[in-house]
Amino acid sequence: MTNQDSEQLTVPPDGRSPAEQPRWRQDFPIDWPQDEYLSRREFIKFLLLTSAAFSTGQLWFLVADFLQRREAVPAPQVIAAVADVPVGSSLIFKYPADSPARLLVRLDEETFVAYEQQCTHLTCPVIPHVDVGELHCPCHEGVFDLLTGRPLAGPPRRPLARVTLEIRDGNVVATGIQKRTV
Amino acid sequence: MKRKPRFTRSQRMTIATGILFIVVIIIILQLWLFTATMNAFLGGDTAILWPAAIASLVCLGLNGGLLWYLYGLEK
Repeated sequence: MTNQDSEQLTVPPDGRSPAEQPRWRQDFPIDWPQDEYLSRREFIKFLLLTSAAFSTGQLWFLVADFLQRREAVPAPQVIAAVADVPVGSSLIFKYPADSPARLLVRLDEETFVAYEQQCTHLTCPVIPHVDVGELHCPCHEGVFDLLTGRPLAGPPRRPLARVTLEIRDGNVVATGIQKRTV
Repeated sequence: MKRKPRFTRSQRMTIATGILFIVVIIIILQLWLFTATMNAFLGGDTAILWPAAIASLVCLGLNGGLLWYLYGLEK
């Protein structure tokens, strides 16, 4: 018998010879090295499923992007009359109609800003603090710059999506949504 | 007559362990790729989607190839 053949023999867990094993193990032998090898191979097979799941997720992004591109760009929508939003105040609105809540803030006589109201960390609603120029997320102490919507502190790493605005005939009009990564 | 395997059992065990480590590293890379792509997608940056999907599929192919190689060792 060659050395390679001897490695194919059943090896009990304690490494002793088969003759020294208790009767029950002689009747039902467990090949320990083979068992370890097979469990490792099966684990690799399971990891392949994990790998496939990640790839499926990447493909899902492509599908989601394709579906988003098919949706029409939302038409401009009047949010409020300029006179109805005093300086330093804010207003929650939806644009387009079935979207998550957005936040309109009037910073001074001339300046309006609007963002999505959901924090980019875990989608808690953000609260404007106009006096310090910040949007605050109370869930995990995230802070965004009120003027730009960019994260200043806390867990959020992505800016809030901005709603582009125009003033038309004394009304604040939402004209589009601008998502950003930086 | 049954053909002898190319490698001994202990050698195959070593190869399986090595493959396991490589597969784990590739999956960590895929995890990073997935989170980075999600961040870009939610931020409206869609230019990265195709390259990331292709890279992830290449990783999946590598993992599949390694598993296929491992099964091939037992023949």
